[in-house]
Amino acid sequence: MHRHLDYLGYRTGEPLRDTKAPSGPVAGRWDARRFDAALVNPANRRKYTVIVVGTGLAGGSAGATLAEQGYRVVQFCYQDSPRRAHSVAAQGGINAAKNYRNDGDSVHRLFYDTVKGGDFRARESNVHRLAQISVEIIDQCVAQGVPFAREYGGLLDTRSFGGVQVSRTFYARGQTGQQLLLGAYQALSRQIAAGNVEMHPRTEMLDLIVVGGRARGIVARDLVTGRVGTYFADAVVLATGGYGNVFHLSTNAKNSNATAVWRAHRRGAHFANPCFTQIHPTCIPRSGDHQSKLTLMSESLRNDGRIWVPAAHGDERPPERIPHEERDYYLERTYPAFGNLVPRDIASRAAKKVCDEGRGVGPGGQGVYLDFADALERLGRAAVEERYGNLFEMYERITAEDPYTTPMRIYPAIHYTMGGLWVDYDLQTTVPGLFAIGEANFSDHGANRLGASALMQGLADGYFVLPATLGDFLARHPHDEVPDGHPAVAEAVASVTSRLEHLLGVGGDRTPESFHRELGELLWDECGMARSDTGLRKALERIPSLREEFWRRVTVPGTGEGLNQSLEKANRVSDYLELAELMCLDALHRTESCGGHFREESRTPDGEALRDDEEFAYTAAWEHTGTGTPPVLHKEDLVFEYVHPTQRSYA
Amino acid sequence: MRLTLNIWRQPDAASPGGMHTYELDGVSPEMSFLEMLDTLNEELTRRGEEPVAFDHDCREGICGACGMVINGQAHGPERTTACQLHMRHFSDGETIDVEPWRAAAFPVVKDLVVDRGAFDRVVGAGGYITVPTGSAPDAHATPVPKPAAETAFEHAECIGCGACVAACPNGSAMLFTSAKVNHLAALPQGAPERESRVLRMVEQMDEEGFGGCTLTGECATACPKGIPLFSISSMNREYLRAVRKGGEATD
Repeated sequence: MHRHLDYLGYRTGEPLRDTKAPSGPVAGRWDARRFDAALVNPANRRKYTVIVVGTGLAGGSAGATLAEQGYRVVQFCYQDSPRRAHSVAAQGGINAAKNYRNDGDSVHRLFYDTVKGGDFRARESNVHRLAQISVEIIDQCVAQGVPFAREYGGLLDTRSFGGVQVSRTFYARGQTGQQLLLGAYQALSRQIAAGNVEMHPRTEMLDLIVVGGRARGIVARDLVTGRVGTYFADAVVLATGGYGNVFHLSTNAKNSNATAVWRAHRRGAHFANPCFTQIHPTCIPRSGDHQSKLTLMSESLRNDGRIWVPAAHGDERPPERIPHEERDYYLERTYPAFGNLVPRDIASRAAKKVCDEGRGVGPGGQGVYLDFADALERLGRAAVEERYGNLFEMYERITAEDPYTTPMRIYPAIHYTMGGLWVDYDLQTTVPGLFAIGEANFSDHGANRLGASALMQGLADGYFVLPATLGDFLARHPHDEVPDGHPAVAEAVASVTSRLEHLLGVGGDRTPESFHRELGELLWDECGMARSDTGLRKALERIPSLREEFWRRVTVPGTGEGLNQSLEKANRVSDYLELAELMCLDALHRTESCGGHFREESRTPDGEALRDDEEFAYTAAWEHTGTGTPPVLHKEDLVFEYVHPTQRSYA
Repeated sequence: MRLTLNIWRQPDAASPGGMHTYELDGVSPEMSFLEMLDTLNEELTRRGEEPVAFDHDCREGICGACGMVINGQAHGPERTTACQLHMRHFSDGETIDVEPWRAAAFPVVKDLVVDRGAFDRVVGAGGYITVPTGSAPDAHATPVPKPAAETAFEHAECIGCGACVAACPNGSAMLFTSAKVNHLAALPQGAPERESRVLRMVEQMDEEGFGGCTLTGECATACPKGIPLFSISSMNREYLRAVRKGGEATD
């Protein structure tokens, strides 16, 4: 039998429990936890060093807040400046249960919408806490000077996002992520200038140092000098984002990668629900083989844009020549209650369905129209421009088509990963002292994230949750030094350097990019919008041989002694080649459909995702055992006391 | 399309650099400028040569990582970032010069990559509102008139790419610094630190070795986000106001 088929023979280990979430009424759990958490005396905080990897919304806000509290923070990002982390590209907005609109919103409704939107695969305790904290985030950001959109009276404006019927999304035109990130970056910059944060830009984490069962530091490479260094701390926080780039083409930044979380996984942190990936319905379709990434068009466009395809197969008339009655506004037709604002997983699958039926538009029939003609007529061009001007401009720049006169063409693309490192209520992974925040963890979105909730979660984790829970850990683990020359440190450094040397030494004939592209296409086909037993088995057979080929045929020019972007890329691709296998295994084992995970074998008569709560109401946390060897599955049962699982309906 | 590319190659900060010529075929008009460079780099890698190093990340024109001088213009002929510049703006057979940002305060790291750390230090000197986490009042406690919010937003759009500095004959960072000063000065939340902020940021800017401003306006022409030239005069007014109030750059 082939080695790679053994991988499917995973075994189920001990169940996993979140021991940190208090019991009792869900609305009181966060207060109870905070009261129960041990505190570190302000004068003692400076004795503790905390490493934070990543400077996006989660990492930037965590680094700034921990430094404000008095801890010594050592922070890293691979970019040349902390201001460039990919949170910067988030467009549409951030949710908060402020109920400023008096439209029936409340903390409980945001909680309910998020649990339902996640297709009942998230923890109630975590989601409720997120909804509670959402209101404080808006306060904090406004005080920092984030220029949110405002009404004429000077108060904050809001809009609607998918999967909800209230207007709770705060925004700064189509640049909400940028403005929130700049707020966190400015707070962080203040702490850097004050000497409370030691910032290492252009430095990439390549391994986790675990000493005596605790995370005690990282191995990181200075991308400019090539120096591989070790950094020690009392706790390590990963805020390194998601792994969407495993698909090669995604809406993530080109250099966003999975190396930090994957290396941590290899050192003992369980990886939860890796197959829960989000496909965003409104992205600009690809234009050719040269395509290096996909560009998102904000979900906020679905407030006013109407999605349609020609009613008839093979109708190749230009959009303006197709009369109204010969168009199929398929979301409004199928889901009248939510219309164009159904959740992302549903909108994406619906687009795929009409394209599979041969009614797609544009080159290759891989697109649907997002049409603003009605909005322009109703609101006038000025109002549309004010709401979406920069998005329209971006669309025109990329496609050379004017969305004011001809409908946009859009198609789904990989956007976000709900899966990530397993964490408990305190955001601690299964490695003591290792915490994961923001998109890097799996915690709050279940099997599908609602729009404008990623910014909310990143900032909730960084500004408010982690600073409270990390203190508890530190208070219970008085500072001590990592012994000089500890073998675990030497081993971590050796494993990093030998791997880099190996990459530089293969001298093969295929570029790192060519492997990434091939892996991404395979994953998109077999572990993308629709997944099947046959397809996943095919991918699981191909990935190990592709990995073997990578280590035999890859070519990385240059040396490790300076800036070498090929080496950075090759190293990241080698991790994708392992992570992809776990994603496919997770997708294969979960034979139900839920949220963004759609198994063709498990659907309702209407073709919607059909959950199997009997079998699968659990989080799948995978324990690493070695490259290509079967992992161990640990199940964390999900209990729903407040939001009772039902077949999601948006009709 | 077939192109001739003259690209600045420099192995590291300490070594001298120079222009190298590459012929590239099969460029499609739909490619972005960076995808065109990707195509060249794939070819170089296959030949065992070192690819051209350049900074880039989001490729959506918002992270500010990319930046290069294309045919003598920062970010090239269109008013956008290099990642959002498409090859349809060039023609078959054209020769294109590609160089890094040239400014004393932005030393070259390698090829087209420069060190813009000076920008971070200018922000760290005062480009923030001091509000420790958890201390904020309710978001609606202070209404902000819509025009003020819009002025703040207009200046807050800066992506910190450095095109303004690269385009300026003096290598001045006035547009960058003024964007942040004006963003925060426009808001009531920014008022308590209004004077110290502008004084400290300008002081840091000068310390970093950026040149003086002679209002040539190249910065605002090159800015991919359209930060207006009057931003600089607004900052000058802020600065004079702070000095008149007897403010000093240090606490």
